[in-house]
Amino acid sequence: MNKRILIFILTLIPALGSLVVINRVEPYVLGLPFVLFWAICWVVLTSLFLVSANKLQALDGEEEDL
Amino acid sequence: MGRKKTYEYCPFSITFFLVLCIFLGLQARKGKDMNMEQWSVGGRGFGSLLMFFLLAGEMFTTYTFLGASGGAYRAGMPTALYAFNCFYFVIAYWLLPPIWKYAKQNNVISQSDFYEKKYNSKPLGVLVAVISIIAVIPYLVMQLKGLGIIVSEASYGSISPHMAIVIGVSAVTIYVTVSGMHGAAWTAIIKDILILSVVVFMGIYFPLHYYDGIQPMFEAINTAKHEMLIFPKQGLSISWFISATIMTALAFYMFPHMLAGVFSAKSAKSLRVNAGIMPIYQVIIVFSILIGFSAILQAPNLKGPDTDLALFKMAKMSFDPWFVGMIGAAGAMAALIPSSLVLTATATIISKNIYKVWKPQTTDQQLARLTRLLVPVVAIVTLYFTFNGGDTILTLYLMSYSFMTQLFPALFFSLWKKNPVTVQGASAGMIVSIVIVAYLTITEKSIATFFPSLPQVIKDLDIGLAVLIINIVVTLGVSILTRKSITIVKGNTDISDPA
Repeated sequence: MNKRILIFILTLIPALGSLVVINRVEPYVLGLPFVLFWAICWVVLTSLFLVSANKLQALDGEEEDL
Repeated sequence: MGRKKTYEYCPFSITFFLVLCIFLGLQARKGKDMNMEQWSVGGRGFGSLLMFFLLAGEMFTTYTFLGASGGAYRAGMPTALYAFNCFYFVIAYWLLPPIWKYAKQNNVISQSDFYEKKYNSKPLGVLVAVISIIAVIPYLVMQLKGLGIIVSEASYGSISPHMAIVIGVSAVTIYVTVSGMHGAAWTAIIKDILILSVVVFMGIYFPLHYYDGIQPMFEAINTAKHEMLIFPKQGLSISWFISATIMTALAFYMFPHMLAGVFSAKSAKSLRVNAGIMPIYQVIIVFSILIGFSAILQAPNLKGPDTDLALFKMAKMSFDPWFVGMIGAAGAMAALIPSSLVLTATATIISKNIYKVWKPQTTDQQLARLTRLLVPVVAIVTLYFTFNGGDTILTLYLMSYSFMTQLFPALFFSLWKKNPVTVQGASAGMIVSIVIVAYLTITEKSIATFFPSLPQVIKDLDIGLAVLIINIVVTLGVSILTRKSITIVKGNTDISDPA
C-alpha cells in the first residue's frame, strides 16, 4: 500500500515541477536561455520519474490492478 | 539560371515519399483478416514499439513542423514552451491503462463506444460522437490546409495547394479504406524518421550557420528583442501557460483518434512504458523551436499567417531546391499520417455509434463494410470544407481542444470504483459546457470581459479550463438530483481515486 503512494508521488512530481516557470534568460545552460533549459530538463525528468514508477509498479505485481 | 532546372526535382521527392506511403499503407493489411476490430483498432495487437510510433505520430503533426517553429518566431518563449507538455504523459500513465483494460473486456472499438458502454446509454454515445465529429473535422481541415501550403511552398509554387490537397487526400483514402489502423501505424514509422532527420538537421544547422552557435543566437535575440525570451506580465503570461498546458493535456487523449490509438495497444503495460519514453521523443521539438528562433533576426518581415512559414523561409534561403523538396515531403507526411488516424476513427464512430443506433439490426459484416465505405465520404466532406469553409472552420478549430476537454469529467468519473455521475449528469455537463465554449469563442469573449476587476493571474486563465470547472459542477449537481434513476454499470474497472 505504501508503494502505491510512492508511485503516485513519483508521477506527481514531474507534473507539478514542470509547471513552475523560472522566468529568466540568464544564465545560459548548454547555450539555451535558462527558462528553455528548465523546460527541457523537466521533459527528461518526467520520463525518468514515469519509468521508475512503472518499474516499482511491476515489482509490486500491481500491473493489472491499477 | 542553371539552377532553375533543379526546381523540377522538388515534386519528385514529394511524389516518391507519397508512393512509398501508399505502398506501406497497403501492404500493412497483409495476412490480416480485416474484420471491424482489425480495421478500427488493429486487432488490439500493437506492442510498445508500434504504439510508440502511432501515438508519437499524433504529436508530430503540422504543428511540430510549422506551428512550433512559427509560434517561437511569432511570440517567442511562451508559445515555444507550450509545445513541451509534460502533463500529457502523467495523465497518460494513470488514465490510459484502466481505459484500455475496460475497452478490451467490453469490446470497445471507438471513443463513443466507451461512453456508451460505461454509462449503458446509447444516446450518450451519440452525443459524444456528434461532439467529437464537430471537433475533429476542423482539425482534419487544418491539417489539409497545412499540407497544401507546405507542398506548394516546397515545390516553389509548381504544385498548387488545391492539387496537393486533392492528391494527398486521395492517397490517404486509398490506404485507410484498405488497411484502416494498420495502415496508419505503418506509415507513421516512415513519417517519423523523415521528420526527425529533417528537423534535427535544420535546428542545428541554422544557429551554427547564421550565428556561429546556439548561445550566440540567443544572445543576439536577447539584445535585439529581449521580450521574446521571457513570459510577459499579461496575455501569454505564466498563468496562461499553466492553464493552457493542463487544458490541452486533458483534451489530448479525449480525441476519438487518440483513444482509438490507445485501444490498439497489446497490453496495459505497453501503454505505461509508452508514457515513460514519450517525453524523450518530445525533446525533438526543441529543434523545431530553434528553427523558429533562428528566423527571428534572419527573416524578420513575416506577418500574420505567413509567420507559420518561418521554417520554409529559412530553408529556401539556405538550401538547394532538392533538399527543400525533402523538407516538403516530411511536412506533407506530418499532415497526412495523423489525418489517416482521424479518418479511421471518424468512420468507425459514424458507423458504429450513429448508424448502428439508428438501424440496430445491422450485422457486423455490413457494419465493417459500411465503415470502410464511409472513409471516402468523410474525405470528400472534409475536402469540401477545406475549399469552402472559410473563417467558420478556423473558429471551430480554435474550439476543438476546449470541446474535447469537456468530455473529460464523464470519462474520469466513470473510472472510479463507484461512479458518482449519472447519464443525465454526464450529458448535462457536456451540453452546458459546450454551449458556453461555443458562445465565448464565437463572440470572442474572455474571462476579462466578464470580470474586468479580477487580478491578471485569473484573467489570463485558459477559457477551456475555466469552463471545465462549470462542467464538473453541473455534472455532479445533476447527478445528485437524478441519483435515484441511476443505472448500475456492470463490469466496472476502476482506478484508485487519487484524491
